[in-house]
Amino acid sequence: MFKNMMSWIEYRLPFMDKLNLHVVQYPAPKNFNFWYFFGSLAIVVLINQIVTGIWLTMSYEPSAEGAFASIEYIMRDVEYGWLLRYMHSTGASAFFVVVYLHMLRGMMYGSYQKPRELLWIFGMLIFLVLMAEAFMGYMLPWGQMSYWGAQVIISIFGVIPFIGDDLTLWIRGDYVISGATLNRFFALHVIALPLVLVVLVFLHIMALHEVGSNNPDGIDIKRDNDGTVELTEADKKFTFHQYFTRGGKKVIVDAIPFHPYYTVKDLVGLAGFLFIFAFVIFFMPEGGGFFLEPPNFEVANPMKTPDHIAPVWYFTPFYAILRAIPDPLFGAIAMFASIIALALLPWIDRGKVRSVRYRSELHRWNLVMFCVSFVVLGVLGVLPATPTYTILSQIFSFTYFAFFGLLWVYSKNEKTKPLPVRLT
Amino acid sequence: MMKTLFSAVALLASSLAMAAGPTIPLDKAPIDLRDQASLQNGAKLYQNYCLGCHQMQYQRYSRTFKDLGIPEELGMEHLMFTGEKVGDHITNSMPAEYAETSFGVLPPDLTNVARVRGADWLYTYLRTFYVDESRPFGVNNKVFPQVGMPHVLQELQGVPTRAYETRLVDGQSTEVYVGIRTDGSGELSTEEYDRAVADLVNYLVYTGEPTKLESHALGTKVLIFIFIFFVLAYFLKKEYWKDVH
Amino acid sequence: MSNAPVDHGRRRFLTIATSVVGGVGAVGVAVPFIASWSPSERAKQAGAAVSADISKLELGQLIRVEWRGRPVWIVKRTEEMLAQLADTENRLRDPGSEVPQQPAYAQNRHRSIKPEIFVAVGICTHLGCSPTYLPSDFAGQVEGINSGFFCPCHGSRFDMAGRVFQNVPAPTNLVIPPYMFVDDGTILIGEDEGTA
Repeated sequence: MFKNMMSWIEYRLPFMDKLNLHVVQYPAPKNFNFWYFFGSLAIVVLINQIVTGIWLTMSYEPSAEGAFASIEYIMRDVEYGWLLRYMHSTGASAFFVVVYLHMLRGMMYGSYQKPRELLWIFGMLIFLVLMAEAFMGYMLPWGQMSYWGAQVIISIFGVIPFIGDDLTLWIRGDYVISGATLNRFFALHVIALPLVLVVLVFLHIMALHEVGSNNPDGIDIKRDNDGTVELTEADKKFTFHQYFTRGGKKVIVDAIPFHPYYTVKDLVGLAGFLFIFAFVIFFMPEGGGFFLEPPNFEVANPMKTPDHIAPVWYFTPFYAILRAIPDPLFGAIAMFASIIALALLPWIDRGKVRSVRYRSELHRWNLVMFCVSFVVLGVLGVLPATPTYTILSQIFSFTYFAFFGLLWVYSKNEKTKPLPVRLT
Repeated sequence: MMKTLFSAVALLASSLAMAAGPTIPLDKAPIDLRDQASLQNGAKLYQNYCLGCHQMQYQRYSRTFKDLGIPEELGMEHLMFTGEKVGDHITNSMPAEYAETSFGVLPPDLTNVARVRGADWLYTYLRTFYVDESRPFGVNNKVFPQVGMPHVLQELQGVPTRAYETRLVDGQSTEVYVGIRTDGSGELSTEEYDRAVADLVNYLVYTGEPTKLESHALGTKVLIFIFIFFVLAYFLKKEYWKDVH
Repeated sequence: MSNAPVDHGRRRFLTIATSVVGGVGAVGVAVPFIASWSPSERAKQAGAAVSADISKLELGQLIRVEWRGRPVWIVKRTEEMLAQLADTENRLRDPGSEVPQQPAYAQNRHRSIKPEIFVAVGICTHLGCSPTYLPSDFAGQVEGINSGFFCPCHGSRFDMAGRVFQNVPAPTNLVIPPYMFVDDGTILIGEDEGTA
């Protein structure tokens, strides 16, 4: 009876087949390490944001008059409202921690290289939408930082020649940031952008499963079935969906089914992540003033700017690049270029070897320098713009961009190490 | 390599962060959210000295009474002055226009002030008023220069003045600020005054986040639970991966 | 790869143990989400007990106070009104107030603590209209009964203790809220000796 029903459904919507394709018989390289936790963690955080977000909307009031008070209402009057709000605010920061590490993984192991360019582009689009989502979300509590942070960031659009002033006016829907701005940001934050995010995440995963997962060695696990590939006993142990073997034209080596091996492994990563996540939520929800900034506990006041405005920590590397350049227009261009450069990585990197393990010493140090630049810019973006810090910002903005320039130059004829035949 | 790199970045980050710190050293506020006697005294001080100008419009009387262990009848008798209901928010009836003309600005709401300024800042601020005849209210403040607020706790502290000592700095004798002294006309001794301010700040830390103790208690349980789950998941993973290794 | 045979017992135990603990965790996570739907502190304060001054209430007079967004009637019944409560009983649907529409202390003929003071939620038990108080011209509705409540929406009728007459749409007697007398002149609605 049950079996009949299942096959009735299966005939009309091959649910079990898709489950096999994407989970149970999906071939994943067997050598995923620590860095491969962050993809699944990003999904967990996305779900956390969506669910807690829906619940916060139930008590939040999107108006300039009521927004701040409604946050305090959630924090004080709604049962467990404080927990739901801290889960959401901490989740925002956690999202960026996880996504930055996920991107670094891609850069280390060359996961953006052919044939994964489109996968990388979807990832970058997710990152862009995430930044817009976070920015608009940060405005909703209508505290001092919400207001003045939004003021600064929207003003960036004002530097665009000819249309800048009209554009900022159009974004705000008012001569200053006001309830009108808050309302449209609220609509985008809770409906439009989450929808776009979910669709992009779906496309990201579909694109991943089409080309298959990269791995720390950066070599392919799918080989042409031309009789030259020696299969070990382990290779014969597991069956994978015929979609991946192209009906016998391909053989798969050193792979294991995603389920149960990576589901149980990701469970360990999830538990580790949740431990840190819960610790922040329950014991330090302000995140040392970086996740929830102190001035944001004061209601927005258009008449009084806080002494020191810094964007939330996840924007600060890009903000530091913006400030490093004295001319506002070129500062804004540099900031957008710093993100565009990342998106263009698949074409900037002309190398054939993917993983940093088998690339040149120069590449390794170039990548280290990029990480250092990113972190230092992040720190500088929080600090006030004194002359010393401005010079430091300029130096590290330069090294940030130098990563891409150097990579383009040396990757053409890079002295790489020999690649292993099989995964290590 | 990674380790040295991380420590180098950490060093740079901390040295940069230090440079942006406050210029006046703040005294450490002795905060203890479990000390209900201290919180109750803080609430009493707040109602008597602060509420006249500063509202606490997000905190309900009933919440304060419940969390601080104050019986409702007692609280209504001693801490509520203008016939509100026990479930009402802690507000005053000072008209905004009056406040603006008297003080230049609307006295800020203080529900969250400890989260905006920090407990140490408040603790130092309330103890570093000093006589300065050039100011409209005759007082100025060490951590909040040109402050627009009178020293409302003067009847407790006495008249505070800055004390200087002559010290040798680079071979020259210089007057160095060594702290605030009072003329002893207040109701409290210096130690008692510090204690009273600590109680008040303790209460403000509480109102900034009344769920803090609940959060810590629940958080401990959650962390223990996640740890158990982690251990189980770890052994489950090891068991399944015997197939692979 | 080890060729040792798989220990199915251990594997099954660990799978079940992890699933159970994970399931408990999921239930735990659901708690704040579910709890957040219960009335908030604001709603509770808005729904808190209200007190009314009845020291100036005259015989036969009805006053309304708002409690939890609904009208609550307080009527000081006359001797005649109380006397007629006995006359209506054979024409009532639930003369003994068997349906729990009132606190235990109001399950009596006059459906109140003090016989003369009648307290009820002024909402018809049919579809939620507020019935009209007819202190002296109720006889047109029910023969021989001088006072009662008449619901203009669908014609339900109630006697002076809020008990519903037969053959009207309303299924049950009017709801009596919990209440108590703070002193002779003050009544507290929404709270009684049991909940205070």
